[in-house]
Amino acid sequence: MGLRDYIDKIKPNFEPGGKYARFHSTFEAFETFLYTPNRVTTNGAHIRNYVDMKRSLIYVVFALIPCFLFGTWNIGYQHFLSLGEDVTFWHTFGYGLLKIIPIYLVSYIVGLTIEFTFAEIRHEEVNEGYFVTGFLIPLIMPVDVPLWMLALAVAFAVIIGKEVFGGSGMNIVNPALLARAFLFFSYPSKMTGDSVWIAEKADAYSGATPLGTIFNGGTINDLPSLSEMFIGTIPGSIGETSKIAILIGGLFLIINGIASLRIILATFAGAIAMSLFFDIPFYYHLLMGGFMFGTIFMATDPVTAAQTNIGKLIYGFLIGAITILIRMANPGYPEGMMLAILLLNVFAPLIDWCVVGANIRKRKKRWRTAERSAE
Amino acid sequence: MSKNMNLITAPLRKANPVTVLILGICSALAVTAKLKPAIVMALSVTVVTALSNLVISLLRKGIPSKIRIIVQLIVVATLVILVDQFLKAFMYDVSKQLSVFVGLIITNCIVMGRLEAFAMSHKPWESFLDGIGNGLGYGSILVIVAFFRELLGSGTLFGFQVIPQGLYNLGYMNNGLMILPPMALIIIGIIIWLQKPEEGK
Repeated sequence: MGLRDYIDKIKPNFEPGGKYARFHSTFEAFETFLYTPNRVTTNGAHIRNYVDMKRSLIYVVFALIPCFLFGTWNIGYQHFLSLGEDVTFWHTFGYGLLKIIPIYLVSYIVGLTIEFTFAEIRHEEVNEGYFVTGFLIPLIMPVDVPLWMLALAVAFAVIIGKEVFGGSGMNIVNPALLARAFLFFSYPSKMTGDSVWIAEKADAYSGATPLGTIFNGGTINDLPSLSEMFIGTIPGSIGETSKIAILIGGLFLIINGIASLRIILATFAGAIAMSLFFDIPFYYHLLMGGFMFGTIFMATDPVTAAQTNIGKLIYGFLIGAITILIRMANPGYPEGMMLAILLLNVFAPLIDWCVVGANIRKRKKRWRTAERSAE
Repeated sequence: MSKNMNLITAPLRKANPVTVLILGICSALAVTAKLKPAIVMALSVTVVTALSNLVISLLRKGIPSKIRIIVQLIVVATLVILVDQFLKAFMYDVSKQLSVFVGLIITNCIVMGRLEAFAMSHKPWESFLDGIGNGLGYGSILVIVAFFRELLGSGTLFGFQVIPQGLYNLGYMNNGLMILPPMALIIIGIIIWLQKPEEGK
């Protein structure tokens, strides 16, 4: 127990009045990261549940691991496919790791530095919110994203998306998506088009994503086969291509009660309903672009989604419908998932407000009729 | 004298029309993509607020309270047309960039707000200074926002290339979001965020 002793020895320095009292939050974060805190609440009634914030956030990271592993392999696979080289599995995976590790380092170093700084300034505990955001951000980026841009987007998302509103749990929009939206509008040439999805692509090779193909006037005959799109051996953002990996993660989240099945089903329903109006069948829409990834991991974010049961249905349905509408009817952008989720994040509180208001009116009416019949 | 000085300095910081009273936001979003139009707009608004404050303050005893808004509008509209014509005559290119936003100074909340809140109840000289102060308070925010938007969005200041070509060769790119109006709103938000704690003291 050398580490425990060491932590206990340096602890007084970080208490109020100690030498490094300024860094109390940082110390506290590392202490609780290494050891479970032994403080328990002593009074009042509590509900005991093993799912606290730490547990539910680490579950999301677990659920993302299949996407992470597949995405890493797919980076290498797409790279060597474009060069026309045939290499071993480990060579492919290793190439992907070399590409993805710097992206993760930048995401976590920049994001956590800002989180720790704000926690110290506000004398709060560092919480685990960024743990998930930092894991999500690289998965929704094109592999070729320049690292300085990524750093800028992470800083923007954490400061403007989260800290100005009061930190984790207070944010209005999903910070990971905000990072992507920031880059999407700031540096469109690095976020869309045919050349950003494959690392060090051979020039002659077309690197268009299925959505890019459709956007440039292609039909479903020009797309990769459905099974390729389902397994995920297609170009795209790092973590979004494999629908199998996403569904494994999604199943894990639903079983553990983290992601709302209601929102997921409503989003599918919205997308299916809207795609009836356009000529590309709905099963293509579900497999193209970030639809599946966004539905499972972004739309269900409990902080930014609607909270009421009816509200969740409306919220999910509109996300699905607006995504397809943007994909098919908008001449500007090929993908609509990010924009649809961000839009509905903003509207989620309003949806809840209307649902709660309608419920109150309904109950008032029932109460009045009951009162009248009692007279 | 110090009281009169206060009329000019207060709107620059602690009674700033944009960041504290949250007035005049619309034009702050529209004209701040470049520094030059922002400065011209700031000066135009300063001239209009100062002179309309002065005129209304001179007339204030004679204006029937029931039709005061119409009288104020006529004064403001006259001044705005004068400014607009002046810009068209002497700074045609800037006038074209500002397009309708010069005409829309009429609807700028700061102008009407100062007339109602200040000029109707104060002496001409004080009203004139108050107009200058509020115009400059508005202008200072416009210039700060335009500085960051032009520098980061176009890499220029007043149209001159500031960010060296070498940086672009290294992979630096202009930030497209800075050119879009939402970023002006975010920058104003950040200014408010930084200014708030200072006010509380």
